[in-house]
Amino acid sequence: MRITRLAATFGALTMALAVAACGGDDGDAGSSGGASGIVGKASGDKKLVIGVKADQPGLGLQTGSSYTGFDIEIGKIIAKGLGVEESGIEWKTTVSANREPYIQQGQVDLVVATYTINDERKKVVNFGGPYYIAGQDLLVPVDSTITGPEALAGKKVCSVSGSTPAKRIQSDYKDAQLQQFDSYSKCVTALAGGQVDAVTTDDIILAGYAAQEQYAGKFKVVGKPFSEEPYGIGLKKDDSEGCKKINEILTAAASDGSYKAAWDNTLGKSGTPAPELDTTKMTNCS
Amino acid sequence: MDVFSDPYNVDVYVTGFLWILKLTAASTVGALVLGVLLAAMRVSPVPVLRGFGAAWVNTFRNTPLTLIIFFCYFGLFSTLGFSVSDEIDLNNYWLGVIGLSVYTAAFVCEAIRSGINTVPAGQAEAARAIGMSFRQTLTMIILPQAGRAVIAPLGSIFIALSKNATIVGTIGLMESSNAMKELINANGDAVIPIFLVFAGTFAAVLIPVGYGFSWLANRLAVKR
Repeated sequence: MRITRLAATFGALTMALAVAACGGDDGDAGSSGGASGIVGKASGDKKLVIGVKADQPGLGLQTGSSYTGFDIEIGKIIAKGLGVEESGIEWKTTVSANREPYIQQGQVDLVVATYTINDERKKVVNFGGPYYIAGQDLLVPVDSTITGPEALAGKKVCSVSGSTPAKRIQSDYKDAQLQQFDSYSKCVTALAGGQVDAVTTDDIILAGYAAQEQYAGKFKVVGKPFSEEPYGIGLKKDDSEGCKKINEILTAAASDGSYKAAWDNTLGKSGTPAPELDTTKMTNCS
Repeated sequence: MDVFSDPYNVDVYVTGFLWILKLTAASTVGALVLGVLLAAMRVSPVPVLRGFGAAWVNTFRNTPLTLIIFFCYFGLFSTLGFSVSDEIDLNNYWLGVIGLSVYTAAFVCEAIRSGINTVPAGQAEAARAIGMSFRQTLTMIILPQAGRAVIAPLGSIFIALSKNATIVGTIGLMESSNAMKELINANGDAVIPIFLVFAGTFAAVLIPVGYGFSWLANRLAVKR
């Protein structure tokens, strides 16, 4: 029977896909600390798994097996506040698309990966922070005449495919031509080669690229942010206790200088002074 | 599935798969033409042509497609200034078609060459005996029979090509994999459903295509 064979094929296929998708969104944290949530896990196991980006200089960059950057430092501050030593942190590379599933399935306890807080994401994960308010900006060659997003008409702008900054250019600045790549490093290469006139994403990420040695003195960040991207720390949806704790730790870090030190040791090297962490804007952890 | 109740999202999804369709269509034509030419070169009596064909196959069959597509942008376009259109999207599309065509042509060439081996040597000898030239023998006697023998492997290559088309996303075309990234980025609460819809679309289209090729291969096989 050809029909039943077809049906069986489809059945097997959907099963395989479902397995590949790791069973959807009801994964178990698998924490053995007794109490649920990161607070319990941190005090019980003295271990935390933190998801970070691996390809963003100055924020989260992996060289060999070690990670460096501002997000990494923030992760260390949070871990320390929860009573976990640096040796107890396991860093895990996340990309934009797998941040929510990783949190839901318990593959990571926290995500500190240029993770913009927005309403859709709030439906499935909880956010501590924001620990930084980024804004979309432009990276241009030092001698460029582009002074802001309104000067982009007819110019070629580069961003990462499928990202929020790319989408904003498409919807709000239709006169600009958008070139998309799958990583910012390709965009920066194209900018250095003159195929595009500007690279656009959150200012903090651009600053990281501008600060790279091989591009020293070649590019500048325009400095006219045209959006607000509050970076939060993602954790399990039902872990409001952990979320409140994270906000306490961040508030404390803002006043005891460790937040500033985290900045100065990473992004601050490009000469940008440390931002003021506005502790009144913290999420309500609901 | 409330993600796909928003017309904007549906538009992103449709546009993504339209690009895949266009890439697959144009690259299929390119790869078939190039592949047949290469196969003819590899069986020709001229050593230079044979060498060229072999070099092409060995180069492109053993280079990752991602690198080939990447080179089409940063090599052909950035460094050598080869450009088809001022429209970024169209230019990237054609660069992608070039990359996919030269890569897939290597596989098509090998498939056709194995098909040529299924044609009994007596066919070629008989053609020579009645005074046909190499070109006539190849185009009128050998290739028609070889072509019918390689429908199934060509089908596999075609299916691989349509999935490989997503790699053109690496140079910025908003094809289905980039469309999926965009939807996931904007709808963090529906990552798995979005993934399933995109993967399912490929499967739903390609499984029948696979059956179609099997049927065609049976239908056209040279019954010896």
